[in-house]
Formats: sequence, structure tokens, C-alpha cells
Amino acid sequence: MPDSNSDSNSLPGLGRRAAVAALLRDRGNRLVVTGLGSPTYDVHALGDRDDNYYLWGAMGGAALVGLGLAQAQPDRRVLVVTGDGEQLMALGGLATIAVAGPRNLDIVVLDNQHYGETGMQASHTGRGIDLAAVAAACGFAATGTARTLQEVEALAATLREAAEGPRLFAIKIAADNPPRSLPSRDGVQIKNRFRTHLGFAAS
Amino acid sequence: MPNAEEGPDWPLDLHRVLKAAEVRQVAYVPDAGHSRLIELFDEDPEVVANVLTTEEEGVAIAAGAWLGGQRSVLLMQSSGVGNCINMLSLSAIGRFPLLMLVTMRGEWAEFNPWQVPMSRATQPALEAIGVRVLRAETPADLVEAVEAGAALAYEADQQIAVLIGQRLLGRKKW
Repeated sequence: MPDSNSDSNSLPGLGRRAAVAALLRDRGNRLVVTGLGSPTYDVHALGDRDDNYYLWGAMGGAALVGLGLAQAQPDRRVLVVTGDGEQLMALGGLATIAVAGPRNLDIVVLDNQHYGETGMQASHTGRGIDLAAVAAACGFAATGTARTLQEVEALAATLREAAEGPRLFAIKIAADNPPRSLPSRDGVQIKNRFRTHLGFAAS
Repeated sequence: MPNAEEGPDWPLDLHRVLKAAEVRQVAYVPDAGHSRLIELFDEDPEVVANVLTTEEEGVAIAAGAWLGGQRSVLLMQSSGVGNCINMLSLSAIGRFPLLMLVTMRGEWAEFNPWQVPMSRATQPALEAIGVRVLRAETPADLVEAVEAGAALAYEADQQIAVLIGQRLLGRKKW
């Protein structure tokens, strides 16, 4: 139901900030990569952290940054939080990730079925394209779609368990724009902070 | 020594140089010129090899690998450079080390005219997005260029493409 909460504005459905808060509530030591636009703001809104890498561009790259990171850090879990438009630009990347088969990589698509940064134009996911089904067809170890806060909480519990391969889940959220929560746009600083967190020298 | 069945030695030299540079991940879109090097990496238990559906995926993988403390190399043909351009924003703005080895088509004894336009655009497009280009026309040049490029990439945080001249690769047999 529409209400006055800025997280739901005038559109019905699950608020994105509430969904991301539930998703990352017991995040542990997972490394997080965020896709450009609102997913970057949503993760930052929970608090800036050294083990976040925020993308502000490179559309289509988030899940693949996650792949390279997961392969370099096989003992850590890696979570990519991105949007439907960003992931749609990299459908081929889902095939690459499935073939690579990392057991420590999860992708969560915040799916509002729209391009929120550019004026809320409808995306393919609102027109019949099912990203979880695409990932399943590629051979991801687990896939699914969450539509309520309760389902997101169950998803968060699933993501804390070990996996046999890469997993992808979509969370259907309201098409709204909560107030932006902006991390640093300095990609070098965020990179060096992230590497320092993992014990590597900043360069 | 070059061997008629095994082909030239430079892929073995590149594998040795990249191993000495501590490369742990390799990503590629298959290419005839890179086929032996790809085999060497696919058989190497110390290196994770990713086959890509399109070359820009490898630019993003390289950034992720570096975030996680590993060095990587990206193998492609000149046509693939065009696919990479926007993703190279990530390497440029994050100052992520990047080493691309690019086999050239469309410039020497080429039979396929469709390879020519991107061949002409390869070096200018790379330089326009901020990638430094090194070219090699002989096997000795190539090994030296990859050694130098690896140092520039992994030690000086630069984005490097080594273009491997089609003259070096030889006429495509088909």
C-alpha cells in the first residue's frame, strides 16, 4: 500500500532499503560489490565499510568483478548486490560465471523492473524476462525470486549457508527512489581501502 | 626451437614470463593466435582460467582479482578491443592494473575484410580510453614487451595492451 514513508513513496511493493537491510543484517565477513546506481546507495545507506567495493559506472561489470574477487579469495564469501538493468547488460556474464563455477559467489539482483537512474523507464524484467530463470538455465547452483520481507529474511539465511556453486536471487522491489546515500566516488581510494582490509599493500 | 608440429616457442615464453610475474588468473575469448597460450594456462593448476562470452567481462574480472590480491591477464583478438571500451573506465578510474595481450587481425595478409575496420581502430581506441599500447612484430620483441608491460601494470598500476602484430602470427590457414 502506498504510504508516506520515503522508502515506498507512491508505488506499492517491498521497499528497497528495507530489503537490503534484511539481506545484509548478519553479513559476517562477506565481501560486497555493488552495481552502479541505487544498489550502491542502498548498501552504503547501511553504513560505509572497508569491505564494500562500490561501482559508479562500468555497467554490466558488477557480477564479474565479484567473480574475479571470489576466485582470488576462495575462503571468503562474496556477495554482489546489483540492479536489474545492470545485470541485464551482462546476461553473457552469467554464462561465464556458471562455467567458472565459484562456490563462494552470490549475486542478488534488486529488481524494480525499471531503470531508476534515468527516469524510471521499464526494463526487460517487467516485460517477461526472468533473471533467476536465466541463471538457472546457465546452471547456477541455486536461484530464486523473493517478493516479501519474510522471503528476503529466508533468502538471507540461505545465503549464510555453503553453496555448491554460484547462486543468483532476484528481489522484487518497489520502483521508487529513496534519498540517495552517496559513498566516495574515488575508485582508487575505495580500492586501496578494500585491499588494505584484506591485508594487501595499497599501491 | 620452433617445431613444425608444436608451433612457435613464443607462447611457452609468454607463459613463463607471466608465471614469473605471478599471474594467477587468465581470462580469454578464444583466438587462433592465442590457442597455445590458452592451452598452457588451461593445463596450469596454479592459474584459474575463465572463458568469456565477450571481452569486456575480462576487464571486470581483472579488477575483482586485483581487489582480492591476485594478478591476471586478459587475452583477446583485436576485434574484442572494441567490446571493452566502456568497461575500461573501471580500470582507468580505479587505477586497476590491467595487462591485455591482443592478437592483431586485419593488418597483414588478412583474407577477411570484416576484420579491417576494428583493426584500424584498435590502437586509437585503446589510447583514447587511457590504455598504454606496446606493439611487437617479432617473437623477441613480444617477450620483452610482455615483461615490460607486466611490470608497468602490476607495479606501476597502469593499463597496458600488448598488440601482437599479425605479421608475427603468420597467415591464417583455412
